Amino acid sequence: MKLEARQVGIRYRRQRSGDELVAVRGVDLSVAEGEFVSIVGPSGCGKTTFLNAVDGLIPLAEGSLELDGRDITAPGPDRAMVFQQPSLLPWRTVTGNITYGLEMQHRQKAESRGVAAKLVELVGLQGFADAWPSELSGGMQQRVNLARALATDPELLLLDEPFAALDAQTRETMQHELLRVWSATRKTAIFITHDIAEAVYLADRVIVFTARPGRVKLELKIDLPRPRDLRLKREARFVDLERTIWETIREEVLNSETSRPQAVA
Amino acid sequence: MAGMFDPGAIATPAETQWERPQARDARAREARVKSWEPKIIGLAAVIVFFAAWQGVGFIRAASPEGVSLGPFTFVPPPPLFLPTPLEIVAAYQVYVQDGRIWKDIAVSGQELLIGYVSAAILGIFLGLMIGWYARLRYALDPFITFLYATPRIVLLPLFIIWFGIGVESKIAVVFLGAIFAVVINTAAGVRNLDVNLIKVARSFGASDLALFRTIALPGSVPFILTGLRLGIGHALTGVVVGELVAAQFGVGQMMAVAGATFQSAKVFMGLFIIAGAGMAMTFTLQWLESRFEAWRPRPN
Repeated sequence: MKLEARQVGIRYRRQRSGDELVAVRGVDLSVAEGEFVSIVGPSGCGKTTFLNAVDGLIPLAEGSLELDGRDITAPGPDRAMVFQQPSLLPWRTVTGNITYGLEMQHRQKAESRGVAAKLVELVGLQGFADAWPSELSGGMQQRVNLARALATDPELLLLDEPFAALDAQTRETMQHELLRVWSATRKTAIFITHDIAEAVYLADRVIVFTARPGRVKLELKIDLPRPRDLRLKREARFVDLERTIWETIREEVLNSETSRPQAVA
Repeated sequence: MAGMFDPGAIATPAETQWERPQARDARAREARVKSWEPKIIGLAAVIVFFAAWQGVGFIRAASPEGVSLGPFTFVPPPPLFLPTPLEIVAAYQVYVQDGRIWKDIAVSGQELLIGYVSAAILGIFLGLMIGWYARLRYALDPFITFLYATPRIVLLPLFIIWFGIGVESKIAVVFLGAIFAVVINTAAGVRNLDVNLIKVARSFGASDLALFRTIALPGSVPFILTGLRLGIGHALTGVVVGELVAAQFGVGQMMAVAGATFQSAKVFMGLFIIAGAGMAMTFTLQWLESRFEAWRPRPN
């Protein structure tokens, strides 16, 4: 067992009103070595908050989060995040951005450059190693974002809706590219998304969160064979899985809107 | 007439004008000319301006009582009001020959450079600290607000009492004039950092120092450069006004004396020397900016 979340609860205080908000409550989840897990849920259900806690950026209010038996209390080199916004340092080239994490770990410059060169190749950015982020398209920026996370060779890769801001075609290309890169590295991965088809296409297992406060509502094993191809999205068994998840989320959205209006802020 | 419907006479897309290398060269040449266009037009406008100015002098020499153009009469202003460019050049030659120019420029330059460079160094340092440490900002905010709202020139009488009428009082006024623009802009740069980038740094386990070095410092460079550019104007004002009030040497002092003795050509000459210094400093900063900001997207 790789990541173990037990009864995880996360709260935060709203800055303006000072109200306390329960983002996540009672999340039990375990992710195995080499597994790709997608988390979907209605917007505002705390899935990104949960991921930030796994990265060590926000503290837990209740429960525990362990990675290989060690408590997660702060960011560490065993985890790396691919952010929703590309969040590249605009004053660094593609290579400079990819080596950022390695620099924070005080690795040798020459070694970092070698790692970056391999990753530029892996994520398909040949010829752009010395380009500035402002010269790249949105999809290319997300490739750098992914390469930056892979550079530190983390045990657990955290992806926070990395393709949400891309257009539909680029998004599908990037999903396919992610699977290609992932099968080359076989990192344990947690992928947050609100796109059900994306979740199913990428993952070994899909977790559906309830509306806020987020809990695990459904776990669905995706035993579609790999390597997968975008044509899979049109097949009946894929569509069936997609519909099951869609029904669950729909029910959740309806519930939260009728019985608990105060939760929908 | 026979060739009228000859299919060979109709250009296929591959043969159209714009695909030919000669045409491509012509376009490149056109683009090069286009890139010089702003400079050429600007230079031409300046030449026209000075020619017109000098023209006023020629009219004055030819008919001091004015020239009539139909119902309009143009009376050229007397030399005391408007010396011509050639008279200004002549005044400049005298100024060079009697050797005063070097002494004045040395004194003014010393005041400007010492005051401005120390304001830049201390201003960047203080701005970074204030932007980074909120408590320091709370403590210094009242003082900065007070001094920034005050025209620093009004402190000149005090500085003259404290430091005398030599270069020191002017250095102080230049320093105080320039530093606030630098401090305030630098601090704003540090405070307006992209939260996403801070999150990236934290996620990769960056220490406070690393966060400062890799995110806060490069992120505030554009703001620092803006502050430095604004500071130039304040610094020049400090030098000139300081010398107008009380000084033994300096370009401003020379202008004050020339003004009091109705030598308007010398006043204009001083104006051009100061404008030249300001432009030289601005161009240096622009060059620095282009070195530092290669990563900025080019407007196209």
